[in-house]
Amino acid sequence: MEDWRRGRSAFWLIGLGPTFWLLLFFLVPLAIVWLYSFAELRGLVDMEVTGTLDNYARALDPLYLEVFGKSLAFAGITTAISLVVGFPVALAIVFAPPRWRPVLLLLVILPFWTNLLIRTYALIAVLRVRGFANFTLEWIWEQSNTLLSLLGLGSYQLLGERFEPLELLYNNTAVVIGLVYVHLPFMVLPLYAALEKLDRSLIEAALDLGASQWRAFMTVVVPLSMPGIISGAILVFIPALGSFLTPDLLGGTDSQMIANVIERQFKSANDWPFGAALSFLLMYLTFAALALRAVLARGRGGI
Amino acid sequence: MARVPIGPLEYTRRTWMRLTLLATFVFLYAPIVTLVAFSFNDSRRNIVWRGFTTKYYEKALGNSELIEAFVNSLTIALLSTLIATVLGALTALLLWRFRFPFKAGYEGAMALPIVIPEICMGVAMLAFFAKVGWPSGLPWPFSLSAIIIAHVSFSFPFVAVVVRARLAGFNQELAEAAQDLGASEWRVFWDVMVPFMRPGLVAGALLAFTLSLDDFVITFFTSGPDTVTFPVKVYSMVRFSVTPEVNAASTVLIVLTVLLTSAALWLQFRQEKKES
Repeated sequence: MEDWRRGRSAFWLIGLGPTFWLLLFFLVPLAIVWLYSFAELRGLVDMEVTGTLDNYARALDPLYLEVFGKSLAFAGITTAISLVVGFPVALAIVFAPPRWRPVLLLLVILPFWTNLLIRTYALIAVLRVRGFANFTLEWIWEQSNTLLSLLGLGSYQLLGERFEPLELLYNNTAVVIGLVYVHLPFMVLPLYAALEKLDRSLIEAALDLGASQWRAFMTVVVPLSMPGIISGAILVFIPALGSFLTPDLLGGTDSQMIANVIERQFKSANDWPFGAALSFLLMYLTFAALALRAVLARGRGGI
Repeated sequence: MARVPIGPLEYTRRTWMRLTLLATFVFLYAPIVTLVAFSFNDSRRNIVWRGFTTKYYEKALGNSELIEAFVNSLTIALLSTLIATVLGALTALLLWRFRFPFKAGYEGAMALPIVIPEICMGVAMLAFFAKVGWPSGLPWPFSLSAIIIAHVSFSFPFVAVVVRARLAGFNQELAEAAQDLGASEWRVFWDVMVPFMRPGLVAGALLAFTLSLDDFVITFFTSGPDTVTFPVKVYSMVRFSVTPEVNAASTVLIVLTVLLTSAALWLQFRQEKKES
């Protein structure tokens, strides 16, 4: 690597374009929103930057604290489920025959390359009252009923008079299902990377010394794959926390997340200063999660 | 043939592991597969199979708003990829080649578009274009300029990451040899650096293209009534109702992205083979 003073003209020639773009079309827009978060509304559309902290104070209102709490809970639950589901998947891929590994890995990544909106839309078609999930359940219900009739139990109506479709859409469960659906690959990939490097003789040693599979898993595999677990958790938690589309399309009125409230301030409520304050609070939460990761990484001697 | 007993570490051969793997893949693929399958279903109610039809594709093709949105999306993706690839490559070169004051801060700022939530970037773009009074109602390709700018801003740092990973494997002696043989800095750049960076550039460009084609949230905040992109159009259709026409349109986009991704993977595979 050479010092920038040794090749000043090349340095400026290479660096000017991207720096200019980042400054003008990214940092300046962020700075504008940051300033707006200290502004007051004057009339319908006019704002004046007065340095007020009212917008941030308003975010502490129980109504919005609940939204923040809910977003954190959704992101946390999503991370936990992704970890529980993703770990066996990553493990199965790592211990699969070598020629199967790339195929299985590709199968995990492929849905990630499909448009997020389309994947969410596909989930709507599966989960809605007259959707495929209920359709399948109804089919199972009918088959079991026929079976019961054959057994001579038909007149008792053990399964209820008729099939009641489940309300799977437009509630908190739908949002969590959607978030897991979208973010699962982010968990599996870092776990795979960590497990692949794992020295298998360590597991064998634990088993030889009499540990059960479960004990070997908990005391050898999990601690050694901790860097992957932490990376995966952060990669799932951060985008899940800022999700807009999933709660917007799959959630009900009481499952709105921060991003939905922000969108409303900018699009329909027209309260830009408050929306700006909320989006900076969301950004600070994101940075806090990243900082936590850095601290954990340092504690473990680097990831 | 006698079954070989399952070894202690052959986790993938255990039934419950296979079931987990299978259940996960069903969970990941069932929605997409049903979406594609029912775009060919001859029923508006979209739930019982009533025979094969392509009429929803014809309908989607006949929907001029949808086609316009599709053309807009492709135009935006193409132009923003072009700019993002150049800027990303330059960023990668700068960070790879030079040591300069506040470099860590500069790298952090460059990573910001990757880490901040999409919604924050979306509202920032909205506020910026409103503040500077970006002209609306320009003739066609220029009317997309705000969206293109926003897309370049979030995709060029990704290109930079990809190209920089490629540059990490560059043998500095190649450039020095070229210089010793009398090549100017410019010639070294074009004849040595650029060919070496090419696989990274291609991979980065394909990434930028799919990112742009995929983006909904940021575009949602920068698009106006006459600059609707494909995802924004599909969003308004989905909010309205679930129809086989949306399924057909989505299937087209899925096929397009899968083709692009396969091309990217194939190129990478070929490169790795060539180098090993």
